Amino acid sequence: MNRLKKLFSNKNAEILNIYFTAGHPKLDDTVKIIDTLTQNGVDLIELGVPYSDPMADGETIQNSSSIALKNGMTLQLLFDQVKAARKISEVPLILMGYYNQMIQYGFDRFLADCQESGVDGLIIPDLPMSIYERDYKDFFDQYDLKMSFLITPETNNERILMADKLSSGFIYVVSKSSITGSAKAIDQSQKDYFRRIEDLNLTVPRLIGFGIHDRETYLTACDNSNGAIIGSAFIRAIDQAEVLESSIKEFVSEIR
Amino acid sequence: MTYQVDEAGFYGEFGGAYIPEMLHGNIDHLKNHYTEIMYEASFQKEFQELLRDYVGRPSPLYLAKRLSAHYGGKIYLKREDLNHTGAHKINNTIGQILLAQRLGKKRIIAETGAGQHGVATATVCALMGLKCIVYMGKIDIARQAPNVSRMKMLGAEVRPALSGSQTLKDATNEAIRDWISNTEDTHYIIGSVVGPHPYPDMVARFQSVISEEVRWQLKVKEGTEVPDYLIACVGGGSNAAGIYYHYLDEPEAKIIAVEAAGKGIDTGESAATSVLGTMGIIHGSKTLLMQTEDGQIVEPYSISAGLDYPGIGPQHAHLISSGRAEVYSATDDEALAAALELSRIEGIIPALETAHAFAILDKMSFKPDDIVVINLSGRGDKDLATFTEYLNRETGEHKSDH
Repeated sequence: MNRLKKLFSNKNAEILNIYFTAGHPKLDDTVKIIDTLTQNGVDLIELGVPYSDPMADGETIQNSSSIALKNGMTLQLLFDQVKAARKISEVPLILMGYYNQMIQYGFDRFLADCQESGVDGLIIPDLPMSIYERDYKDFFDQYDLKMSFLITPETNNERILMADKLSSGFIYVVSKSSITGSAKAIDQSQKDYFRRIEDLNLTVPRLIGFGIHDRETYLTACDNSNGAIIGSAFIRAIDQAEVLESSIKEFVSEIR
Repeated sequence: MTYQVDEAGFYGEFGGAYIPEMLHGNIDHLKNHYTEIMYEASFQKEFQELLRDYVGRPSPLYLAKRLSAHYGGKIYLKREDLNHTGAHKINNTIGQILLAQRLGKKRIIAETGAGQHGVATATVCALMGLKCIVYMGKIDIARQAPNVSRMKMLGAEVRPALSGSQTLKDATNEAIRDWISNTEDTHYIIGSVVGPHPYPDMVARFQSVISEEVRWQLKVKEGTEVPDYLIACVGGGSNAAGIYYHYLDEPEAKIIAVEAAGKGIDTGESAATSVLGTMGIIHGSKTLLMQTEDGQIVEPYSISAGLDYPGIGPQHAHLISSGRAEVYSATDDEALAAALELSRIEGIIPALETAHAFAILDKMSFKPDDIVVINLSGRGDKDLATFTEYLNRETGEHKSDH
């Protein structure tokens, strides 16, 4: 059974999804980070596929991406790392990457390698829902991969319902209209937006991301959805880590 | 075959809008309203008046007699260099600032490579009293210093793009990130026929005034509206899109696109996208782009900051792939030599970008009656430091010859 599906059938609150960039800080850290996050009880891991031009990402993720590329990260290595991680962890794993890399690799081949290596789902922020539905949805079903689409405070209800229909993993609720990495508290207008989504009674789980960076924002996100996604704050925490394992443990225990 | 954009925003297989959800609202609104806004009577009246009284249009179509005598044919130069701010870029920024006003936006952002689009954007923002932020690669800021000063003089804030190759591609990324974070009050004035639909079409329509004028100007001078050749340099390709626009469906007008070969197409330091590029997504558009096997976008190289872009407008990708347009490329040195030649033979110092279009003349052979129109897209004041260095180098070589 798809691990993401299994997670959501067992748990529907306080889901903690940690994002980090594969191949960062060091090329071979990926498996170690997945292992440590798993041991510390993280529910879901979103693995960033390093890209030269990450349009929706803030400085922290951009930097981690360019360092990973300088470290020599490639898609082939990424799949090898996922395979290695699968020998020691059954945590649900999704890849977050930009569409161009998948086109160049060959979309069908990319999905096949995802399934073979043990990936459970994908987030592709610059792949429009309409093109996914027309060209790729059937392939996702065929390879048993779950797709998750983003919605923002400016996404209208009709489009949110479309995201609900097309998302087979979860709906990625972007907390505010911004790039990743903001470090402010969550304000009332954002809470109103979370309420508006809640009132739509969507069928797939919702995880709130962008700007979730500490215990307070994590708890607010959990109050308003099924859980939270933390990326930039985690990357900052491990970026300068002397001992990766203890930094990760400390970060997760501060959040939970 | 049609060469214009279809309902879904594609030119053949190129184009589209591959954007994150954060930009969907703005892009969708633009897509649904841009033609309605820009062809509305009061918009057109204001646009045409500004093009005439502020930009100085129509720009002359000049028969370059000495250049013609040298290369054969009748070579006409479309003098976009004589526009206010010194290039074709202002045609588009005038159009987009009027559009931004009608969309109720208060803040303008732009990317710039050579700085011409940045200056043209800063200019129209000053004209309309709107806040202006221009993203420019750190490397380009250094090599196009005069334009940075002009933007500041005009009241714009110039923000250095420090990521990636620190050139046009990265300035565009930074502008997109700014827009994602400021969707409500901000309009993004893209300077070329790139980016997500409807930008390539919208910018081409604003630049189409160039070929609209060429048609009647040629009719007066030659008795025909249609030339044998249209030649333009292509980075993203907005000056080219403008001069091709009203000729796309007339195959007797041969379309020539000139890309920057940098130090040579096979040297690894080039910006010849249509030769070195493969299908992919850049800045929200499916087009030809320079990338690695792993889909990482390659950092291009050209001496000219305005052509230093790893992609190409999706319409150009379609024109080239379908065979409607023929591609040439010119190296840095060929462009420099062409700039010097045009300066000495016609008394016109072209922009380095524009010089690439002239650099292919000796690779072509024209019949005496051939009518050739070259888009003289910008003037070379901004490139004087580079030209001076080149002149010193040339003079040095002469000395060593003796």
